Parts: sequence; structure tokens; C-alpha cells
Amino acid sequence: MGDPLFWHRLQFGFTITYHYLFPQLTMGLAFIIVVLKALGLKTGEARYMEAARFWIRIFGINFAVGVVTGIPMEFQFGTNWAEFSRISGGVIGQSLAMEGMFAFFLESSFLGLLVWGEKKLSPKAHFGAAIALWIGSWLSGYFIIVTNAFMQHPVGYTVTPEGIFQMTSFWAFILNPWAFAQYAHNMLATVVTASFVVAAVGAFWALKGLYPEQARLNLKVGVILGFIFSALLAFPTGDIAGKMVAKYQPVSLAAMEGRFDSGPFADLVMVGQPNVAEARIDNPIRVPAVLSFLAYGSFSANVKGLKDFPRDQWPTSIEMLYYAYHIMVGLGTLLILIMAIGLLLSWKGRLETARPMLWVLMLAFPFPYIATTAGWAVAEFGRQPWLIYGLLRTAKGASPTVHSGATIFTSLGFAGIYLVLGFLFLYLIGREVAHGPDSHSHQA
Amino acid sequence: MEMLWFWLVSVLMAIYVVMDGFDFGAGILHLFVAKTNEERREVLGAVGPLWDGNEVWLLAGGGSLFLAFPRVLAAGFSGFYLALFLLLWFLLLRAISIEFRSHVQDVLWRQLWDAGFSVSSIVLPVLLGAALGNVLRGVPLDASGYFSLPLWTHLSVTAWPGILDWYTVLIGVFALVTMAAHGSLFLAWKTQGPVHDRSVALSMKLWGAVVVIWLVATVASFGVTPGLFQNLPKSPLAWLAVLIFLAGLVSVFVGVRRQKYLMAFLGSGAFILGILAATAACVYPVMLKSTLDPAYSLTAQNSLAGRIGLNAALGWWFIAFVIVLGYYTYLFRFHRGKVKAAAEGEGY
Repeated sequence: MGDPLFWHRLQFGFTITYHYLFPQLTMGLAFIIVVLKALGLKTGEARYMEAARFWIRIFGINFAVGVVTGIPMEFQFGTNWAEFSRISGGVIGQSLAMEGMFAFFLESSFLGLLVWGEKKLSPKAHFGAAIALWIGSWLSGYFIIVTNAFMQHPVGYTVTPEGIFQMTSFWAFILNPWAFAQYAHNMLATVVTASFVVAAVGAFWALKGLYPEQARLNLKVGVILGFIFSALLAFPTGDIAGKMVAKYQPVSLAAMEGRFDSGPFADLVMVGQPNVAEARIDNPIRVPAVLSFLAYGSFSANVKGLKDFPRDQWPTSIEMLYYAYHIMVGLGTLLILIMAIGLLLSWKGRLETARPMLWVLMLAFPFPYIATTAGWAVAEFGRQPWLIYGLLRTAKGASPTVHSGATIFTSLGFAGIYLVLGFLFLYLIGREVAHGPDSHSHQA
Repeated sequence: MEMLWFWLVSVLMAIYVVMDGFDFGAGILHLFVAKTNEERREVLGAVGPLWDGNEVWLLAGGGSLFLAFPRVLAAGFSGFYLALFLLLWFLLLRAISIEFRSHVQDVLWRQLWDAGFSVSSIVLPVLLGAALGNVLRGVPLDASGYFSLPLWTHLSVTAWPGILDWYTVLIGVFALVTMAAHGSLFLAWKTQGPVHDRSVALSMKLWGAVVVIWLVATVASFGVTPGLFQNLPKSPLAWLAVLIFLAGLVSVFVGVRRQKYLMAFLGSGAFILGILAATAACVYPVMLKSTLDPAYSLTAQNSLAGRIGLNAALGWWFIAFVIVLGYYTYLFRFHRGKVKAAAEGEGY
């Protein structure tokens, strides 16, 4: 517990996990707001604009918390991971600087116009502000994922004799194939999160018998987008991401799947607890040969187990990696199922009256958040013990002069501040949902 | 190349101070120039649509520093560890104070966030000023290329000082008073009625204080870092910067006297920009000075990142910068004229 590395990792892990609860909704909602406003402009129907107005208010609060929890992430590169920054800043500084210059300015300049500017702007100009926020937030996502992709699958660099990473090809770095796979998967996930939130609010109003027109609209938009995007999340993007891991990080794949021994016709472990000391899965439920097919497209393909890799290459926490992966896949499947049923009922015109299903939709919105968090945990635990895969060990990346007393202090500070921030956020969002879509009459 | 990037980073940081500076100034004066809820909403309405974009200059500056001088970012951020987290936490408080206040129409709720806006806006310039003071005074960088400073030791300037000593606190106070003075002119420009009148009345006192503390701080800087001004005579850029800040200062006083508050505000921006540019010209090429041995100092030359990456970055940097100027032009035109407090439930 006195090891500074442990605290640096815990602090970064905690603050990034907390932070990313907000941008995932921001990015997904930005897309849905654009869809709603486009429908409103096209059909001229007020209900779309009213729905957009409600979600823009939620967006404003959510965005603010995303900003304030995001800035610490940028700082922690330098404060907690100084060696990593010194060694690789010439490469990853590129995408982080681009995020500030191309994405943050765009978002921050148009946020105020989107949230408070509807009366002053023409409908088309206000639609333009929504598009600006959508592009800005999705660009921001790309630059972060390019940065992460370099850490997962480094390309376009060279290492100097002093051990410093330098860029050799800007385009190779920016167009990292790992980034494409991860970006597609991640951005679909943001729309899934937002769809579940939209559907949950619609379900809440429907169950309460409030704002029937808006309840119906939100439910419909939520289940249609939710089904399409959660299906695309599994296939093809999840599949592609999985094959990337199989190709470039086979040892992580073995740990994710809880596979200790190598061989063809590899079983897929559905449930079970990894017992790393004994190198086996306890209480397993297996599906034969499916893992070989999922990883390499052939049932007879050999999938290497952990025992085939040197111990010092094993991910640091095989158990966490295994559970994170299984939670992601399990919940991902559940999300498709929920949205498929919702869509079917909506198509038959029975969703607003199907109370059990409304309960499910109202209560299911945390699942995409958990699945997304688990997905990132797979990526990041899977990268261990490397900070930059195969090149720089995590232990070598921390700040050499920051002792654990300082990091524990700031970690505790974040814990307290983020607890309060979470209460404030829930209070403000809860008020908005309770007040409903009509923006002006509800102000007390 | 190193000189170009040194100036690009410096320009972004200086723009940050000018732009977020008026947000800080408005926050520092918030409780003093705005007494009623309507008046406070007027102040918040002036900075509300701008603060977030203004803060991005800090991230853009930090990002460009990371890109071009990774060693400086690594040493500086880890060395000033605790001070940077204080900065982060007060930035967080400032942001949510501005953003959350208008959502609930309740007296206590609003008093809470008014206080949050004010306190954070007072602490932040002191921290940023102290950071500049540390850069000027130097830090105990050793052969490893790293250093570590506690928040304070015994408040005196020695070989092992804290982040806060009498000198850096003095620079912090200079920053605080300058930001307050800068903000008073912003509010004089953007508001009307009682907020405007109080801001104008305060602005002359504040600018008087700025001039006095500036002279004291300059003498103190010379005392702490005797070699600081030796670049000055031979650097035309430094002379240009000195000219800009003196012209800015004149424009402040003339603008207020003639009741041309935009002119005064622009003058105050020029003053801040000029003084920071002059400072940058004086310290160049040193970015983080070592108090132990000049050979350990991190300079624009010995910290520069690889050439291919920097060339690529130059390709997009100027494009991005021009686009950003476009956003700002649009934003300031959109919000031109005096602020009118929006109806309850709309706006800040």
C-alpha cells in the first residue's frame, strides 16, 4: 500500500472511470440531439424540438461535469506519469494537443449557443450548433482513442538511443488500425448508453402517466437507436476489436477468456471463477470450440493459453481482466435482448402500455454504463503490464519524484470531491427529469 | 524550430491568462460589484458563455508544451504536484459554480455558488502567479531532470524553497490584483447600471495598485534573479513587448477617463500580454531554471521533441489556430453589446 505505483494507478483508474461516465452520455446524446432536431426541421413537428430541448438541458449539465472531471486527466499525464510523458510526449503529445485545438475549442464555443441560444438563433443556426457539438465531442473521442491506440498497438514511431519515442510518420500514428476498431466500437457504445437513458426517461414518464406524447417519442427513439447500435456493437465492431486483441495481444486474449492451456477447438468459458494459482477455471460452464471460431474464424484454430507465455508477460490482474471481459460481453448481450423486445413491442404499438417492459427499460439504464466501463477495463487491464504495449512497462512510467504521501492525499481529495459532485449531478438531473420536457412552465 | 515552439507555447499561455483572466477578475469582484440576484446574473451572463472556451487555451497551451517540450511538462508537472492539484480542484469549483448556479432558484443555493465562484476566482490567479514566480526564481532541478517542491518550506528564497515563498506569493498577489483590474474593465465594458458604476469606480483604484505592485515585483525579480534582465537590451522582441504593455497601460487610463471601456479593456489585455511576452523574452531559452546548476536547466533546445513530429504539428497547428480565431470572432459578435440578465430558467 505504500508503493507509489499502486496509488498512481488507482488514482488514474478511479478518475478516468468516473470521468468517462459523463462523456459517454455527452457523445451519444449529441448524436441523438442532432437526430431529433433533424427530424423536427424536416417534419416541422414541435414534439421533436421539445424532446431536443429537454435533452439539451440534460446535455448541458452532463457536459459541465464531463469538462471538470476531464481536465484532471490531461494534467495527470504530467503529474503522475512524468516518465511516460517524457519518453512518449513527442508522439502522444501530438494527439492530445490536437484534441485541445480542434475539439475542445469547437465544443466550448458552441455549447453556450446550443444550451441557451435557441431563442436568439434561427432554427437552422441552432441545428448548426448541435452539429458543432456532435462533431466536436466525437473528434475529441477520436484523439483520445488514437492516444490510447498508440499505447495498445504502437505505430509510426522510432526509439532514440536515449530511449525517447519519436514520431516517424504522423499519418501512421493518426490512422492506427487499432484506433479505427476501437473508435467504432466505442462510439457505438456511447449511442447505446444515450439510447438507454432516453428510453429510461420515456419509460419513467409513461409509468407515471406524465407527458404521454413525449414519453412515447422518447421510448420510440430510445428503442430504435438502442437496438440498432447495440447490435452493431456486438457485430461487427466487437468482433473486429476481439480479433485485433487475438492478433496483437494474444496473452491478453488468453487472460480475458480464462484460458490457461493451448490447443485447437478452444472452449468459450461462459461462467466460472479463474483460479490463477491452480491455473484453472472453477465451476465453469463451457461452449466447445466457439472461442477458436470467434478469435480466428475457424473451429479448429489453435488458441494459445497463458501457460504458453512467459510469466512476466501475463497481465497483472488476470482475474479483473477476466471478469471485466465477461461482464462486458454478458451485459452487451442483455442490452441487445432488452432493446429487441422493446422494439418489437414498440412496432406493435404496445410498448407504452406494457408496464413490466417499461419497468425494465426504466431500470436498465445503468447497464450500458457498466458494460462500457467494463469494456475499458478490458482494454486497460489487458494492456498491463505494459504502459506502451511491448515497449514500456507501467512501473517505468510513473513520476520518479512524487511519493505515495502526495498521491494518497490527492486520491483521497478526488474521492471526496467526486462524491459531492456526483450528488450534485444526480440532484440536478433528477430535478430536470421530474420537471419533464416542458421547459418554461416548470420553473418554480 | 525550438524558438518557434517556445513562442507558440508562450503565446497560447499568454492568451490563456488574458482570456481566462477577465473571468477570474469578474469572479474576484463578483460579490463586491454585484449585490442583488439580478446583478449577479448580469456578471455571470457576461462570463458564462465564454469561460469554458477561455479555459481551453490552458489545455491548448499545455498540449502544445507536451507535444514540443515533453521533458519540461514531465519535470514541471510532477515537480509542482500538489500545487497543480489545488489548481485543478479550484478550476473545478469555478466551473460548477458558474454552471450550476442558475439551475435552482433558491437563495441558499445561489449564495453557495456565488461564494464558490468568488473564492475559486481569488485562489486561481494566486496559484498561477506563484507558478510564474517559480519559473522565474528557478527550481532545484538535478541531474535526473526532475525536482520536487513542497507547497512551502519556510517562505524564504533559498536553494530548497517551497512553491510558495515570499517572492512567488508576491507574484501571486500581483497576478490577483492584475486579474481583478482586468476583470473590472471587462465588466465596465459589458455591463450597465450599478454593476457598471461599481466596476468603473473600483477599476482606477485597482490599476493604481497594479502599477505599484508591478514596480515592487520587478525590483524583487531583479533581486531574486539578478541575471533576469540581461537579455533585455539585445532582444528586439522584448522591446516590442515592453512597448505593448506600456501602450496597454496608457490605453487603460485614457480609456477609463474618456469612458471608452472597450479601449480600456483591450489596453488591459495588451498590458498582460506584453508583460508575459517580455518575461518570456527575458527567460528564453530557459524554460525551467535549475537553482542547483545552470547545466541542469531545461531549455528550449535540450527539451525539444523530435523533428518529424514537430514538422507535422506545424502543419495543423496554424490551421487550427485560425479556425479558433474564427470561433472567437463569431462568439464575441454574437454576444456583442451590454449583457442583459436572461429570464429565470434561461441562461446563467
